[in-house]
Amino acid sequence: MASTFSTPATKLIQPPSLNFSPTPTTNRTSRSPIKSLFHPLKNHNHKLRLNKCNSAPSHGQSTTVVAVSDTVKKPKSTPTLPNLLITKEEGLELYEDMILGRYFEDMCAQMYYRGKMFGFVHLYNGQEAVSTGFIKLLKQQDSVVSTYRDHVHALSKGVPARAVMSELFGRTTGCCRGQGGSMHMFSKEHNLLGGFAFIGEGIPVATGAAFTSKYRREVLKEDDCDHVSVAFFGDGTANNGQFFECLNMAALWKLPIVFVVENNLWAIGMSHLRATSVPEIWKKGPAFGMPGVHVDGMDVLKVREVAKEAINRARRGEGPTLVECETYRFRGHSLADPDELRDPSEKSHYATRDPITALKKYMFDNNLVSEAELKAIEKKIDELVEEAVEFADSSPHPPRTQLLENVFADPRGFGIGPDGKYRCEDPKFTEGTAHV
Amino acid sequence: MAEVFQAIGAATALSSTNVFNSKRVLFSYRRSVSERKTSVCTLRSDGSLFSGLSSRGRKAEPLTAVATKTESSTASVASKPGHELLLYEALREGLEEEMEKDPTVCVIGEDVGHYGGSYKVTKGLAKKYGDLRVLDTPIAENSFTGMAIGAAMTGLRPIIEGMNMGFLLLAFNQISNNCGMLHYTSGGQFTIPAVIRGPGGVGRQLGPEHSQCLESYFLAIPGIQMVACSTPYNAKGLMKAAIRSENPVILFEHVLLYNLKERIPDEEYVLNLEEAEMVRPGKQVTILTYSRMRHSVLLAAKTLVNKGYDPEIIDIRSLKPFDLYTIGNSVKKTRRVLIVEECMQTGGIGASLAAAIYKNFFYELDDAIVCLSSKDVPTGYAGSLEEWTLVQEADIVTAVEDFFKPKELRRNSGS
Repeated sequence: MASTFSTPATKLIQPPSLNFSPTPTTNRTSRSPIKSLFHPLKNHNHKLRLNKCNSAPSHGQSTTVVAVSDTVKKPKSTPTLPNLLITKEEGLELYEDMILGRYFEDMCAQMYYRGKMFGFVHLYNGQEAVSTGFIKLLKQQDSVVSTYRDHVHALSKGVPARAVMSELFGRTTGCCRGQGGSMHMFSKEHNLLGGFAFIGEGIPVATGAAFTSKYRREVLKEDDCDHVSVAFFGDGTANNGQFFECLNMAALWKLPIVFVVENNLWAIGMSHLRATSVPEIWKKGPAFGMPGVHVDGMDVLKVREVAKEAINRARRGEGPTLVECETYRFRGHSLADPDELRDPSEKSHYATRDPITALKKYMFDNNLVSEAELKAIEKKIDELVEEAVEFADSSPHPPRTQLLENVFADPRGFGIGPDGKYRCEDPKFTEGTAHV
Repeated sequence: MAEVFQAIGAATALSSTNVFNSKRVLFSYRRSVSERKTSVCTLRSDGSLFSGLSSRGRKAEPLTAVATKTESSTASVASKPGHELLLYEALREGLEEEMEKDPTVCVIGEDVGHYGGSYKVTKGLAKKYGDLRVLDTPIAENSFTGMAIGAAMTGLRPIIEGMNMGFLLLAFNQISNNCGMLHYTSGGQFTIPAVIRGPGGVGRQLGPEHSQCLESYFLAIPGIQMVACSTPYNAKGLMKAAIRSENPVILFEHVLLYNLKERIPDEEYVLNLEEAEMVRPGKQVTILTYSRMRHSVLLAAKTLVNKGYDPEIIDIRSLKPFDLYTIGNSVKKTRRVLIVEECMQTGGIGASLAAAIYKNFFYELDDAIVCLSSKDVPTGYAGSLEEWTLVQEADIVTAVEDFFKPKELRRNSGS
């Protein structure tokens, strides 16, 4: 039985029926494809619009929707206000994580243009609120699955910056031994299940991790297993078959997963509005029987509130949630993208909503931190990133011996050679020069 | 080094050029690989050949009966009597034994649970192990294959059933990118001990899309192993080996073989995934085959032995990687190779196998390799078209005879 959650920020409401017309808090959700998704002059404090589900299956739901904006008020700048969204420690943690993401990505750009890393590198500048907002609420055993824009997800999940940087440099000390690269960050220790180059490919993997969690609890009888799986992907992916198939399966089996759409409005050069018949991605959640939530992805505190609810819902065994975060990437799709299609006024509008600046302002307004403390964090992260680069630069490239090592978990899979011995028994195998 | 069990009795029986003895001896080589984790027990069993059965309902009809033989054998060591069962039951037995042993083994697929599997391989398992362990999925191959891969990465050992192997074309993204490569891409951090299995191949007038052989499509994917079973004995052994393997394994079954009956041992056994199976030792020509074509070859062998030929028949079983030791030894002995398969001619398993043999054993060959495969056409619905698409026994006999004819007189069968 779903309890009404007593956290001040959120209330879950029934998914709307088909006749539901949204309360006009965000008029931008127009059906006209010509109208752009944002208005530079409009107030973009998007209110949280959450949908509640009760324990009954998804038929016969009521259609009351309540905007919860009233509970998520902008706090007045009095120091003794009780309903602050974060404590000072939490604030510092969030700030540090976002600064790490930002500085790391900026360093990646520098290193790329200096010829230290190659291929496709996709940077996360501007979207830090989503990664920090969600991943900082997770435990180590919870799983995260991402796409090719995964550096910051890796960092938020706890993968050391030096391991990520080494991986980008293609060194053997990288988190995937230099075999994955920018688009394939994996960490067994931190339960980061990738890093996928094809969009949509990771969503089933995240669903599988959630399946394992449910399996452990119900079949292996590990009663305390409440691991949650979070899948990050973009607006373009939300038109892919794997997305819908997994929404269906996750809702069907009530898997402990949160689907997070990082809607940055662009899939390389394809505007979300030009690619999608119904641009409101959150609406697709209720179609499959799970709550669909839309949140301002440039505000880490709002994201965090929604994330808390969604993650706890999954932990309690009530099933999946679809969260659409409206966010923006400040840079191009990748470092090879000239980024000519996006309107400069759109870019400058979102630049004013930089999540790091927003959090800083919040913390100052509420006297949570001092300038000096934030400066100290920035300096610390600066040094951390510099150190990561030095470490990566001085790490060795993968040797020839590494070529054949990780193709199979059991190297007998390379088969039996003409001489009757397994290929992996050939001494040249460990040298990486055996015929396989 | 490697101990080779040779069934002496069988060899003497088969070396006669008389009527092809229907006793078939199965043995697997025991390898002294020190790091080998799975235990492979070497077993000698005298198995009777499959007996003809009436078809059951919607399942494909069985092959023509070959002379049945009782279990009493004149040669060989008497092993335990064993028990008789059909191939799909053997698969189920292997599956059930592994599920019993290891609670992380689970089955994921369409209609595997309540329906018991479209070919009844998982019949009764959902009742026994529950709906989560034998999971009925919606019709979303790519996603549930990906889901199984995610589950495998996080500690389970899923067996993914494709209701027909052809459906796994929809899961190609997940099989190629994730199943095959994630162990490597993650730098060895995640293992994917998944098994992908299902029936494929040409049935009885199932039409073009249900008659596909996907072995060749998956052949190039790095990081996976592929095996094909052809008898109840090797079906059970390979199923168990595949489940126990830390590598992702694709196990190809054949729609027409599910009703084969054979007596298999009572005691537990696991076969080696990378080894080929010597079906009939011989001296004149090596016939390499797998899956359903093995039985066509055995039928053709009857005729050939009657005519005085002595073919050596090897069921390669392991489609990726090829067992070049067994195959090589045979090539060195007979110096002539005939490959008989159901795959397409272009880019098929036979094409790859021929290339591998040429690369490794070119100077051991006295003649060009002949590869009999299905024609490069979709398998038509009409029975006659279907028949002409496939390799028939007569083609096999002709091909063997052709080896011993001068070039001008060869009939170029199965080009």
